[in-house]
Amino acid sequence: MSENHLSGLAHDLVERALRAGASDAECTIAEGEEFSVNVRMREVESLKEAGSRGAGLRIMKGKTTGASYTSDLSREGLDRLVAAAIELAEITTGDPHAGLPGPEELGSIDGDLGLYSADVEGLETERKIAAARSAEEAALTADPRIFNSEGASFETHVGRHIFANSRGFAGEYRSSYCSLSTAPVARDGESMERDYWYTLARGFAGLEPPEEVGRTAARRALRRLNPVKMPTQKVPVVFEPRTARTLLDNLFDAVHGMAIYRHESFLTGKLGEKVAGENVTVIDDATLPGLFGSSPFDDEGVPSRRTVVIERGVLKSYLMNTYAARKLGLKTTGNASRGLTGNAGIGHGNLYLEKGVQSPEEIIAGVSEGFYVTELMGFGVNIVTGDYSRGAAGLWIRNGELAFAVSEVTIAGNLRDMLRDVEIVGADLEFRGSVAAPTLKIGEMTVGGK
Amino acid sequence: MQFSESIFATRFAIARQDLENYLAEALSQGGDYADLYFEYLLTSSISIDESMVKSAAQGVSMGVGVRVIAGERTGYAYSDDLAPEKIRKAARVAAHIAAGPGKPGSFGLNEGAAHNLYPVVTAPTETAFSERVELVKRADRAARASDPRVFQVQAVYADNLRHTLVATSDGVLALDRQPLARMSVWALARQDGGPPQRGHAGGGGRVELGYFLNEKTPEYFAREAAREAVAMLEAVEAPAGEMTVVLGPGWPGILLHEAVGHGLEADFNRKGVSAFSGRIGQKVASELCTVVDDGTLTGRRGSLNVDDEGRATRRNVLIENGVLRGYLQDRLSSTLMRSESTGSGRRESYAHIPMPRMTNTFMLAGQSDPEEIIRSVPKGLYCVNFGGGQVDITSGNFVFSASESYMIEDGKLTRPVRNATLIGNGPEALKYVSMVGNDLRLDEGIGTCGKEGQSVPVGVGIPTIKIDRMTVGGTA
Repeated sequence: MSENHLSGLAHDLVERALRAGASDAECTIAEGEEFSVNVRMREVESLKEAGSRGAGLRIMKGKTTGASYTSDLSREGLDRLVAAAIELAEITTGDPHAGLPGPEELGSIDGDLGLYSADVEGLETERKIAAARSAEEAALTADPRIFNSEGASFETHVGRHIFANSRGFAGEYRSSYCSLSTAPVARDGESMERDYWYTLARGFAGLEPPEEVGRTAARRALRRLNPVKMPTQKVPVVFEPRTARTLLDNLFDAVHGMAIYRHESFLTGKLGEKVAGENVTVIDDATLPGLFGSSPFDDEGVPSRRTVVIERGVLKSYLMNTYAARKLGLKTTGNASRGLTGNAGIGHGNLYLEKGVQSPEEIIAGVSEGFYVTELMGFGVNIVTGDYSRGAAGLWIRNGELAFAVSEVTIAGNLRDMLRDVEIVGADLEFRGSVAAPTLKIGEMTVGGK
Repeated sequence: MQFSESIFATRFAIARQDLENYLAEALSQGGDYADLYFEYLLTSSISIDESMVKSAAQGVSMGVGVRVIAGERTGYAYSDDLAPEKIRKAARVAAHIAAGPGKPGSFGLNEGAAHNLYPVVTAPTETAFSERVELVKRADRAARASDPRVFQVQAVYADNLRHTLVATSDGVLALDRQPLARMSVWALARQDGGPPQRGHAGGGGRVELGYFLNEKTPEYFAREAAREAVAMLEAVEAPAGEMTVVLGPGWPGILLHEAVGHGLEADFNRKGVSAFSGRIGQKVASELCTVVDDGTLTGRRGSLNVDDEGRATRRNVLIENGVLRGYLQDRLSSTLMRSESTGSGRRESYAHIPMPRMTNTFMLAGQSDPEEIIRSVPKGLYCVNFGGGQVDITSGNFVFSASESYMIEDGKLTRPVRNATLIGNGPEALKYVSMVGNDLRLDEGIGTCGKEGQSVPVGVGIPTIKIDRMTVGGTA
């Protein structure tokens, strides 16, 4: 199907919805091609390649709404798409806050955001296989205790996102990414542990060397061997960047506009209040070139932007789409997010914690007895209350040094207290995905063990 | 169902000979095996929030996945367009995994006998929206009416109807029509302007809409969600450290899913990366424990007439009286391990490669009276409801998060405690099971299992059990 056809199709579906009786309509079309190769124990294990596309339609009929999606872009499929959305508007309730963004709120930011790299499309299969092989090989040969592997995978994705609405917005952008990861397994006597490492970028040229990915993965698996289950105690906890980042995922859920108006977040009603330490500044910025959370406009056609969420400990803004903003008497922050179906939800752009000055080594050196967390497990975070309790593994800090591996323990506290108790924010901020945080030290949490 | 009656024959005009031709194309470069997985999926969902039906959506997703296996290698391609030239192209792409002479093909495709585990005449997806929307409205009203402390209610009703067709170069031709429906209710309660607490309940299965009208009504789920939210208003800090844990019946069976189920999936064991690798015949649980994975239970969320490789599902014994008996096998792993498929090959959709997965995983009932189990505990934790869980296959460490639990003091349930994660080690945790109740219960039908980015519906179940030692991740 030609490029122009799909762009025209979004506009066409909006028009057809209006003719069928909708008072407003918005249409999202997504098209993508994916490729992945898995290599395990030096042999190709699987190759997968395919393209797909789909269309989603949401309509308003006065203050009621209906939505539908389809991957069947035949004439019959599209007829059904429009009819289904119109039909569903009959069963929803008129909601005074529902509706598209105002015309003055629509738009797209200028300039190349670097979301697409042409080198991903021309990449030969052999080079992708070679990259995966090199990463796994580097892990397997890093140490005699690396005795097995869950393999290495190389993936690419190229996509196009098209959005049009009945208020005159029409926009589209292309994006690409590629990623390389490997997961070696280490053994020492009875102890068996695995870990992984990865690199991802918008283009092939942006990836870190495969050998480095493999060696890092091996180092991570090896340092987990022969873990100890510690006695239950309260100690300082240091989160490495990979786990510190998950605290921002939790924070995102807590500043999510929908959770706020429903009183489902412990940060409800705290705008303008001090909710974290002076050293905590959290930014959501979807305008940073080349990063994974960037886009020219959000999924309602509102320009992407930079929003300060927490500034030196003070809660400055929630993250909102048009609906949540109207419920809260505020303005959208351009954080609408949706798949092909349903009402817009809320997503983040590049959500990050601003870096501090200390290196991870300096932070660890300042802890006499504590827990350095490298892995978190499970879903034990309650955003309503802030209660936090997760499975954890990592290394024990003794006298300022990483002393031995720890596993099968929990860490627990309450996010409300944890945010205030951030003692040190590290200098090692890097984006390995759309959420990023440097090493982080929290004054005290409960480690649950023996 | 006969092939000629399927949606793929009637609407997409696919003939039996076409399937033979696509398989031949898939094996045109050689390879040991090929299969086609056709899917036509209708979905709908309706949600209520603040007593307003704010969202209603329906959708269609369709496509075909083509897989070729050559030794340990898998080639996979899919198309969301069922036009013959698109399917042939996918078959050619998948074929590249092999490098040899093609095999002349006649595969003798034949529909075998199949279970009929969800004899649903009219799937919920095929009923009028005006009927289904009443379910969320009723849930909203009932949750609000059940306690004055409830101040926010959300309910979602979602269903889908999946038509599948599997054709394999082994001659298997399997058709299925898989209905699935689920209702979920969340309630927030607060007392005297204090901090809110949330409760959740939900359920469903491969059922007709009548299930929600006659058996498990919106009011049932709504009252349960409200009850949990209100109960948690009194919750105190959860304890931290090792203690005796009693799990209530039903959904707490998620313990089995995480502690043993995943670790027994054959792909991990074939590769030797599971904490259970090479342990068949060894004791991995107390003698009181017998754990099965059964895809043949009528109407259950995790049940399937055939798996996504066209094999009939069955009842597989994983642990028998504490001894590890078997793995969950799909075609690839069973062939390489010289075993047989256990009907456990599942995939999220046509865009995904199948792998060994669970269906309904549960522990068989024991002898003990559940009340006697609680009476036997001087100090411990009684957990009745959970959020999700997760496992590290290699170390065997697993977690699951208790969303409703109570302290046991001197054999009596006392205070509710706040959310806490429980952590244990798969091959060790069940060795400390010292009592098993006579009250086996399956969950309400809300589970979704994620593995390597693929989600599939599953069920769990367990009787009341007592675990003498488990680490609880509280703060007190």
